[in-house]
Amino acid sequence: MMVMRYQLAYPETPIPIVGWFFAESGGIMLPENYNTLGAMHGTIMIFLGVVPLAVGAFGNYLVPLQIGAPDMAFPKLNASSYWSYFIGGVIMLASFFTPEGAARSGWTSYPPLSIFESGQTMWLCGMIFLITSSLLGSMNIIVTIVQLRAPGLTWFKLPFFIWTQLITSFLLVLAFPPLEAASILQLMDRVAGTSFFLPSGLVYAGNAVEAYGSGSPLLWQHLFWFLAHPEVYVLILPAIGIVGEIIANNTRKPLWGYKSMIYAISFLGFMSFIVWAHHMFLTGMGQTMSAFFQLTTMIISIPSVVVLTAFFLSLWGGSIRFNTPMLFALSFLPMFGIGGLTGLPLGVAASDIFLHDTYYVIGHFHYVVAPGTLFALFAGIYYWFPKVTGKKLHEGLGKLHFWPSLLFMNGVFMPMFIQGLAGLSRRMYDGGTQYAHASDILQWNEFMTISAFCLGAAQIPFILNIFMTLASKATGERNPWDSTTIEWSSPSPPLPHVNFDEEVHVYHGPYEYSVPGKDKDFCPQTVK
Amino acid sequence: MSSIPYILEERPDTGLNNSRLGIWIFIASEIMLFGGLFSAYVFLRFAAPEGDFDYWGSKLNVPMATFNTLMLITSSVTMIMSWASLRMKQFDKYKMYLGLTILCGLGFLVVKYIEYTSKFHHGIFPSSSTFMGIYFTLTGLHVLHILGGLLVLIYFWSPVGKRMYDEDPNLLANRIEVTGLYWHFVDLVWIFLFPILYLL
Repeated sequence: MMVMRYQLAYPETPIPIVGWFFAESGGIMLPENYNTLGAMHGTIMIFLGVVPLAVGAFGNYLVPLQIGAPDMAFPKLNASSYWSYFIGGVIMLASFFTPEGAARSGWTSYPPLSIFESGQTMWLCGMIFLITSSLLGSMNIIVTIVQLRAPGLTWFKLPFFIWTQLITSFLLVLAFPPLEAASILQLMDRVAGTSFFLPSGLVYAGNAVEAYGSGSPLLWQHLFWFLAHPEVYVLILPAIGIVGEIIANNTRKPLWGYKSMIYAISFLGFMSFIVWAHHMFLTGMGQTMSAFFQLTTMIISIPSVVVLTAFFLSLWGGSIRFNTPMLFALSFLPMFGIGGLTGLPLGVAASDIFLHDTYYVIGHFHYVVAPGTLFALFAGIYYWFPKVTGKKLHEGLGKLHFWPSLLFMNGVFMPMFIQGLAGLSRRMYDGGTQYAHASDILQWNEFMTISAFCLGAAQIPFILNIFMTLASKATGERNPWDSTTIEWSSPSPPLPHVNFDEEVHVYHGPYEYSVPGKDKDFCPQTVK
Repeated sequence: MSSIPYILEERPDTGLNNSRLGIWIFIASEIMLFGGLFSAYVFLRFAAPEGDFDYWGSKLNVPMATFNTLMLITSSVTMIMSWASLRMKQFDKYKMYLGLTILCGLGFLVVKYIEYTSKFHHGIFPSSSTFMGIYFTLTGLHVLHILGGLLVLIYFWSPVGKRMYDEDPNLLANRIEVTGLYWHFVDLVWIFLFPILYLL
């Protein structure tokens, strides 16, 4: 990622330190290297980074704890999900070191190019394992939530995080298989010589392609986006859940509109299956289709706004504690707001014609997943670290991590809107130097690159913090944040395979903070 | 060691045990997998030149596929019978019916093998046409599902099943019920594959 940014700021110059990687060209990054990095950046961040962290790690760890269960419903399935992820990850990363190199057709792998470009076969094999891993994991999460809730924990006493995990898992179970199907078809195209995605009369690199033809590249796009749009919500829903938990805890108030938020995300989960073709307005699929998907896209923005509004209203009148998790959670709100609202012009077919495939799109979805999801995951790590290890992360270092991160994150992504509105195309290895219309806004690239390196440096306090805290002595404090949800009644760290040291019974809703007439300002779910 | 509740007994408020819910969600996701491929079939059929799918479809062997259909339906019946015998605590009958199910599954694979090799023999490969591509992909994936199912069935037919039965008859019955649900699903996929590939 850093290498990509360096390349955009200083194209056609040898890259320091990692230049040996491009030894054949004297340390200069070639277009195909840039394409590889772009494709693998997207793949690794989404399928090896955020999904496994948000669903695999946070989901797997917190779901049993927050519902008062001893373990996941199917421990062996859980292990096979992990090992399947491991194999998929190894295949993906190993592909860099094969003679063909890693995939270079973008994380979207659009055919017909992806059928011919090298590296794609490894990518597809890796994807099949990663998809299988997600499927097994999410089935396990659904069964665990439905079946293993502690006595007294009814549906509307579940923490909001559990609801987001439930919806996310349903999205994964139902949306991932079509991508698996599409991957199998693309693998057949590459390995068995079929032409599912190859139209008749195709010419590639000056030669007529010898294939049966009569396939359709659009078919891939439909199958791909049928997954990849719900996937966006897979990335954001667990983050919303984490933010909800932390906001309720640190405002010392119940979440405002808890039930409306649950209805909103359920509706959002349903709608996310019928918006996929808003990624395809420019494919010539026709006005009726565009109008339909534009309408559904506008509708799906409503539940997101409901959730965000409820979060903002939750802050109203709270006595807010500005600790590190809360800072990250609070910054999630405007950052995700920017990410979400800039998506609206992309969802309208007319304005998308101009904005499609520009840096505006990059800015939009990075605001959703980088300062959005990623900040929520940071918040979650700071918040639940004491539960996992029995040791609290250092607040001062946490703030030293937060403030520069927030600043430089915007330094990286905000100029992308400017560049995109000026019409700068994405995925160009030199950042677009040969285009006249780009000449006025290219100077931003250097600014963004410097910001990106500073952003990287801002993670040093975080890493230091984790290692220093791990080295310190455990206090084993059960409930350092004075929280109400069930996981805080277990020992820190929780006991292996049973989690809790006494029977869990649930008596209260998830966020009974500042209940009038109680001597403490929180009322744990497990205490009568 | 494990204290996970509702492995066998049903949770009162959901009326389900863990594995039954799990297998239904698994089947839901399998439906989306085959659903994706079926919609690809529809998409490609519309995109193909007039008569292309009919021409290549006529090269498939309908009698063999009909025989295979009957075989899979029979295997689903014997699958139910083996589960029912287990519920009635008749272990020998269970083993016989399960054995029949496995034989039917193996028979299906043998017929499929003959079909595939005769296609290859005539120089027909997945790359020969879009129809043949989707035919081999769909049936190949289905064969993989049959293979997976057979592995599980053989596992429960082997002495492992007897040991599990001696330990707790309900545990084995639960496993067979869940496996049976999967087996019926794989059977059902074939019921859809047969008409769209061979008959249409």
